[in-house]
This record gives sequence, C-alpha cells and structure tokens, in this order.
Amino acid sequence: MPDFPLRLEPRAEPSRLMSYLSPLIAVALTLLVGLLLFSALGKDPIEGFRYFFINPVRTLYGLSELLLKATPLMMCAIGLAIGFRANVWNIGAEGQFVLGAIGASGAALYFSGSDSAMLLPAMVVAGALAGAAWAAIPALLKTQFNANEILVSLMLVYVAQLLVSWLVFGPWRDPYGFGFPQTEMFHDAALLPILLDGTRLSFAFVIALAMLALGYVFMHRSYTGFKMRVAGEAAAAARYAGFSAKRMIWIGLLCGGGAAGIAGMAEVAGPMGQLTDKVSLGYGFAAIIVAFVGRLNPVGILFASLLMALLFLGGEQVQQYMNLPSSISMVFQGMLLFFLLGSDVFINYRLRIGCAASV
Amino acid sequence: MDGNLITAILFATVVAGTPLIIVALGLLVNERAGVLNLGSEGMMAMGAVVAFAVTHHTGNPWLGALAGMAAGMSASLIFGVLTLTLQANQVASGLALAIFGVGLSAFIGKPYESVALQSVPAVRIPFIADIPIIGEALYNQQAMVYLSWALFWTVLWFLYRSRAGLVLRAVGESPASAHAIGHPVVLIRYLAVLFGGAMAGLGGAFLSVFYTPMWVEGMVAGRGWIALALVVFATWRPLRVMIGAYLFGGVMITQLFIQGSGLQIDFPAQFLSSLPYWATIIVLVVISRNANTIRLNSPASLGKPYRPEA
Amino acid sequence: MATRRNFMLTAGALAVAAALPLASFAQDVTKIGFVYVSPIGDAGWTFQHDLARTQLEAEFGDRIQTSFVENVAEGADAERVIREFAASGHKIVFATSFGYMNYVERVARQFPDVAFLHATGYKSGANFANYNARFYEGRYLNGVIAGHMTKSNVMGYVAAFPIPEVLQGINAFTMGARSVNPDVEVRVIWVNSWYDPGREREAAMTLISQGADVITQHTDSTAPVQAAEERGVYAFGYHSDMSKYGPTAHLSATTHLWGDYYVQTVKDVLAGEWKPTNLWGGYQQGMIQLAPLNDAIPAEVKAQVAELESQLTAGTFHPFTGPVVDQSGAERLPAGAVMDDETLGKMDYFVQGVASRLPSR
Repeated sequence: MPDFPLRLEPRAEPSRLMSYLSPLIAVALTLLVGLLLFSALGKDPIEGFRYFFINPVRTLYGLSELLLKATPLMMCAIGLAIGFRANVWNIGAEGQFVLGAIGASGAALYFSGSDSAMLLPAMVVAGALAGAAWAAIPALLKTQFNANEILVSLMLVYVAQLLVSWLVFGPWRDPYGFGFPQTEMFHDAALLPILLDGTRLSFAFVIALAMLALGYVFMHRSYTGFKMRVAGEAAAAARYAGFSAKRMIWIGLLCGGGAAGIAGMAEVAGPMGQLTDKVSLGYGFAAIIVAFVGRLNPVGILFASLLMALLFLGGEQVQQYMNLPSSISMVFQGMLLFFLLGSDVFINYRLRIGCAASV
Repeated sequence: MDGNLITAILFATVVAGTPLIIVALGLLVNERAGVLNLGSEGMMAMGAVVAFAVTHHTGNPWLGALAGMAAGMSASLIFGVLTLTLQANQVASGLALAIFGVGLSAFIGKPYESVALQSVPAVRIPFIADIPIIGEALYNQQAMVYLSWALFWTVLWFLYRSRAGLVLRAVGESPASAHAIGHPVVLIRYLAVLFGGAMAGLGGAFLSVFYTPMWVEGMVAGRGWIALALVVFATWRPLRVMIGAYLFGGVMITQLFIQGSGLQIDFPAQFLSSLPYWATIIVLVVISRNANTIRLNSPASLGKPYRPEA
Repeated sequence: MATRRNFMLTAGALAVAAALPLASFAQDVTKIGFVYVSPIGDAGWTFQHDLARTQLEAEFGDRIQTSFVENVAEGADAERVIREFAASGHKIVFATSFGYMNYVERVARQFPDVAFLHATGYKSGANFANYNARFYEGRYLNGVIAGHMTKSNVMGYVAAFPIPEVLQGINAFTMGARSVNPDVEVRVIWVNSWYDPGREREAAMTLISQGADVITQHTDSTAPVQAAEERGVYAFGYHSDMSKYGPTAHLSATTHLWGDYYVQTVKDVLAGEWKPTNLWGGYQQGMIQLAPLNDAIPAEVKAQVAELESQLTAGTFHPFTGPVVDQSGAERLPAGAVMDDETLGKMDYFVQGVASRLPSR
C-alpha cells in the first residue's frame, strides 16, 4: 500500500546472492515457525525437532528410506521444472504419476512370467509414455482450444485415481487375490534391483540422478532449453524471436508427464511390487514445491527433494511417537513455499524504510 | 419419471451446487479485480474445519459459518501479502496456499474427525414451497441455499450497479489507469482477495456444517478447483456462475440416481464418479475454444502483478 | 471432546517414552503396536479395534504397553511404519486393514521374533497370522429385521467397493430380508470409498428419495444413519453401535468385537505359546454382535432374531444355506447345502432381490 512505512524498491540488477540465499532463508524461517508450532501444541520443541529431523536418518536404513522417498520427488520435480521455466503450469503430475504406474503395471502384467532383461526397460518406457499421454491431454486442449492447463491437468488427477481404481477392481484384479483391489505381485524380472541389501532403496534412485543430469543438459546446454527459459522470463521477447509458444507447451507438459510416469513406474516396480488403488501418495503435488524450492534447477531439486523427503519421514515419526497428525508435513511444506515466495521478492527488490516523498 | 423423483433430483442438485456458487462468486469478484487466487481449495478446507470446530463447541452453526469466513479471509490474507505487497507470482502463491490450507486443515481438524454435528433444519418458505414439484425442491431448503441466492443478487448489483463495483472492474481492466485517476489499486485488490477468501471459507463451512455435517480430511474433494473452473466457464459473469454450478451439481447427483435406480447400465461406478471432472474439462474446452471470447470477457490484468509507480 | 483428546495425549506420551532409547523398561513389559487405517473417532472400523486395544490394557495392566498410529495410508509408506514398530522393540504388531498385507509379510520376514497379526487378509507366515470376522452373519439378522420393518419394500445399501466381503454383506442382508418378506428389493449405490461422509450422505439421500425406507451401509462414517434420521426412515449402523447418531432411525447395527481375540493372542504370546493360526470368527467366537435393538421392533421379531442368534452361536445355522440364486436366476448353491469358506471368499455376484447391477468387469 502506498503509505507503508517499509517500501520495496526495485534493484537495478536481480541479486544473484539473494537467489541462492532465499531458499536457505525459507528453510530457516520454516524451522523457526515449526519450533514455535511444537511449543504451541504443548510439545517439547527440541523433542519435536529431534523426531522430525534427526530420528528419521539416524540409521543406515533410515537414510535409505530418505533416498527412497526422495526418488519420486526428484523425478516428478525435474520434469515439472522444465515446464515451469516456460510458464507451463502442469499441476497434474499426480495423475501422470498414476498413469505411469498403470502403464508400467500393464507391461509387467502383459509380459507376466517373462524373464527377459528387457522387461524393466520396457516398463520404464511404458510408464513414461503413459504419463506423457496423460499430460498430452492438457497440452492438446491448451494448444488447440486454449483451455487452461492448470485446471485440465488437475481434473485429470481425479480421473486418473478413478481409472486405477477401476482397473484393480476390474480387469486387472489378481484372480487369486480373493477379489481384493490389487494386481498380482510382480515377478522378480519386473522388480527394480535393490541397491543396498536389507533396504528398499532400488535402482530407481540411479535413474532419478540420471534424469537430473539429463534435465541439466536440456535446460542449460540445449537450444530448446534456452528458448524455453527465454519464453518463461520474457514472453514478448520469445515471440519476437519467433519461438513457437505451442511447442513450448507441448515440450513442457510432455517432459513433466513422462518424468512423473517414470516415477510411477518406480513406485510399482519398487516398494509396492504390484499395482493397487493406493498408489497415489501425493508425490506429484509435493514435487511442485520441490521444483520451486529447488529454483527450477537440477542441483537445487536434488537438495530440495531430500529436504521434502525428510519432511515426510519426520511427519511420520512425530505421528508415531508424539501422536501428532502426519498432515503436519503438509503444513511445513506449504510454509516452506510461502517463505520462499516471500523472500524471493528481495531478489528483484530491496527494502527501504520510510515513506517515499512522492506518494 | 414421477414428480417426486424430479423433486428429489432438483433438491439434491440445488444443495450440491450451493457451495460452488458461494465460492465461485467470491472468486469472480476476486478475479474481476485482476487477481488470480488458485488457493481456493485450501481456503475452503480452512473454512470447513474452523466452522466445524466452532459449531461443535458453541452449538451455533451461524457462529461457525462466520468463523469459517474469518478463517478463509485469514488464509487469503497470506496470499494477499505475498502477491500484492511482496509482488510474488500469483500462480505459485495460490498453489502454495492450496497445499498449505489442505494440510493445515487436516492438522487442526484431527480432534474433530468422525465427530458428528446436529443437522441444521431446513427453512420452509410458506406458500411458494407448496408449488408442485419445484416448491419442495427450491423453497424447503437450508438457509444457506437462500443465502447463496442473496449473494448472487448482491454481487450482480455490486458489479454492475454500484460505483464501487465500477472501480473494482476498472482496477481489473487497467490498474495503471485506475491508479492514475486516484484509485487505491492495491487496497482495492486486497479487499477483493479478502472477499474471495471469505466466500471460500463460507463455502467450506457449508460443506462441513450444513451439508455433511461432518469434518473429514480432504472433504472439499476438488470443489475449490471446480469453482475456479466455473469462473472461467462463466466468462466472469455471475448469472453463468449460477447456471454452471447447478449444472455441475446436477452431474454429480444424477450419477447417484442412475446407480440407485437399478437401471441396466454397464458402466463401472468409477466411470460415473469421474463424470463431474470430465464435464469440467469439456466445458472449459467449449468456452475457451474461441480465444476472443476469453480475451474480451476476462479482466485484462488478470494474474499480472501491479506495483503502483511512485 | 476434551476427554478424548486428553486420552490421546496420554497415549502419545506413553508412545514417546517408548521410543526414547534411554528409557529402559523392565524386561517383562511387552510392547504392542497397532496400525490403524483411519482416525479412531467415535464410531467405525478403527474405533472397534481401539476398543479392543483398551480392553487389552485393562486386562494386562502394566505387563503390556500399547501404542498406535492412526490414519496410516495403505501405500508403500505403511511398510516403514510397521517396520518402525518392530525395530523399536514391539513384540506384537496388529495391522488392522487389508492394504497392509504385503508390507506386513515383508517386515515379518525381517523380524522373526515379532508376532504380526493382520486383519482381513489372506496371507500368513511363520510369525504372521490373519484374522477376520463373519460380518455377513450380522447382516443376515439385519436383513430379517429390515424385512419386517419395511413398508415400501425398497431398501438402500450404501457400499464402498465390490469386493467379496461387501458382496457377502449385501447378499446376506438381501437373503435375510427375503426370508421373511419375499417382495423386498435392495438397491445399492457404490461410493468408491471406505470413508467419505459427503458421498455416503448423498448416496443415502438418493436411495431414500427413490423409495428406500430402510438404509444400511458398508462404509465407515455415520452419515447414512444421520441422513436416515433426518428423513424419518430406518437405518442399520455398521462396525459400531451408531444409535446416538439416529436414535429413532437406528434399528440395530452389525458390530465386531476384536477384544477377546486380542486378549487370547497376547496371552499366548506372553506364555510363549503363540502359533500363527488364521481365524475367521463369527457369532461362535463372539466376534460379531448386534447393537441393542430399537424399541420400534415388535417383540415377535426380536424373538425371531434371538432364536437365529442362538442358532448362529451354536453353529446350527448358516446364512448362506442353499438355495442361493443369483440375479440371472442361476443356482449358485443347491437347496440344503451350506456354502464353504473358500466359495464365500470368492463371491462375485448379487443374489436375487438386489435390484442394482454389479459394475461390469
């Protein structure tokens, strides 16, 4: 408001320092408010802090679970970041994740019994294609009919969840599963190899790292990646340079959908080992936060996904040991994004105290 | 189909459409001022849980509804500070609010899960409720339904007949020129955002206190997003919001009636349940198909940050 | 509410104490963990399991210590929660929902000294047993009462998912009703969720609008009972006695009591005699009971129900006694025969008298 005692004044140049500092400030503020929240709930904040941030990773098994949980977040977030950079708002990664799980399960069930080493790669491809196909719907409707991709991709999340429910209750139901909503358990050739014995950490983590590297090359070393960045930062300039907006939309959504689809594949071929109607755990939504907190940058996403995974595990711990609802994780996640968006302002503005004379 | 069945379907449709009307009208005013708040799902969830808690403790659903509005407003204030004062991206801030609100509501709603409230009785409007078929469906409803109609007329009057509404629309069309002729753009946008938050909170309160009446995590179930879609569908016009909301309510209800009728249909239940979402997508496509319709009708500055130049 | 919250806090404090590595408890305190799929609340599936947990505490006092985690989704994350119980020294883990089955199986293999009990599944192992209740027995009795009480001869059934357990319930209810009133038809609406008060209510309202004057449900919330109360029709609760949500409407409810089974299990484990045996218990084991019958039910109906109850307890009556005829008119079980458990477990059809159709496959 004009007569605010504190004023924002534009900086001549965006501050590079602030753009790196801002996520750290956001994390610090989130922690601070978190401690206050624990005190307000009548819990010992130090205790809460320990359960939330230390306990989950106190053992090797805990660390492996952290990486396991971070894997789908990384995968979804890197795909989303490509779109977000070009202002393509794919909010439906959750649905694309589910479709990826469906696609991969379809391949596993179709080739049930096959021992071929090609089965897993085929499942990855099937997952990626299914996720990308689901994302192609908003892309098509956006480019052909101008329909808002935020709303379309989001509505498709609900549809995807109903689709998986129909499949596991209907045609894909395990004939020996007493009618319960699940496919048969995948056989060994359809399960991702475990990296660390005695844990659930699978080869999916390696795939996720490879996807981050690929994302880096695409964003920073390819001409298309460059064009998409320009389109996101200055739409007018991109139009002037003749970059096709439709192509950006297609690339943004297909990358997001394909990556989320691979994450869905990693879920069914990893910790689940089958497809059930409970496959969707909110990775697609959490990945939106990961993408932003990671500055839409592959290295940032790596760290942000670990942080988010820790928030999830911490939420479970305080649920198990302090009887706080696990939804506290979502509160932390939302706060983290709020603080980030708030402190991001100081990348482009500086704070001035006192009223400007001209108002 | 006999008359009673038509009455029953109409009745249920009106009830199902009511929260959508309340929330979408709030968002409409919000967007007419040029601000796009995608956080409606979170604001509704906050309104729902706070309204439920207050009603549970006081026994008064109207106090609950007021508290729900206050909760929605507080949530929208976070969004306002981020986007209007701190100039943060409106899309990202709205998404953050959606996630935060859904999470926080689940968190504070924990002690209230599977606690039931007394149902709020319907208010029968004398004489006109006796009209055959439609009387029972439209005029023997809960007070909140009548309130949604009052809200509709108020918003209509405000936007097109009042001076303040004219200013609000001017701010949404061209904040720079509104500022130039001396209107406090940021203040007006704040008020619009708060109104949107209050209505989202009220819509949430309707769900948890008047409709179910029960609180459960995730009970808003995408209605906040459907309300956002409705505003686009309505091309930012109140009457079309009403029509759209009842249309969606009708789709939601009809699939239940089809199942209950025992008709020999061969659709999986999941397919029927997905109809409202498909309907939203199809309607969005139909409305957005002509880029000009959207461009001519949408507030010109929608979603763009505005910072008054000193 | 205050009392419930305080209770949760104490239980929480206990759980914290249990987790502290420094806190050393006497060797003879056996820690028992419960994994719940939904919030405990005031009624419903998880509430019944938690009743049994409190029964354990009353029975064994300080010899045991129980802790629970509510609202654990049935996805891959459940394995971590179950494992955490085992890894932090719990000797018995009750996992109370179907979706935990494969995760329990995996954790059980890693912790051979811990006894794992899984509700409503079909797998078991060396230290892993499953248990379930014959809900359909109560359903049949509900149907008998409903058949007497209905005037419109239309009944509404709000159901979650078409799995055998739910179909057994719908079919038993229908057969019970038609055993006393052959004109009855049962209409089913699937809400695709175990717990969604909004949709359960809409479904109940829809069924009532379509003429149903008795409502029952195979979902977890009290919303259908409340809806029936509002519209002045009858209802049966499920899982728990739901009469306080509809004092006039609530005719009775099929409730499950896990307490005795839990007590026996803990006794066996404490005595070192526990063997993983799978149990599908009904009236005979005291696992199924009807909630108190509404006074609106005539005395002769009450007497008939009491008679059937004693036959169920004695094992002389089985609800699925032939002839069982499905919707298409095909005979699934010849007259006089009794359906065996394996056939029951695979039920995938509606019997005659159900007016709705099963979702196609």
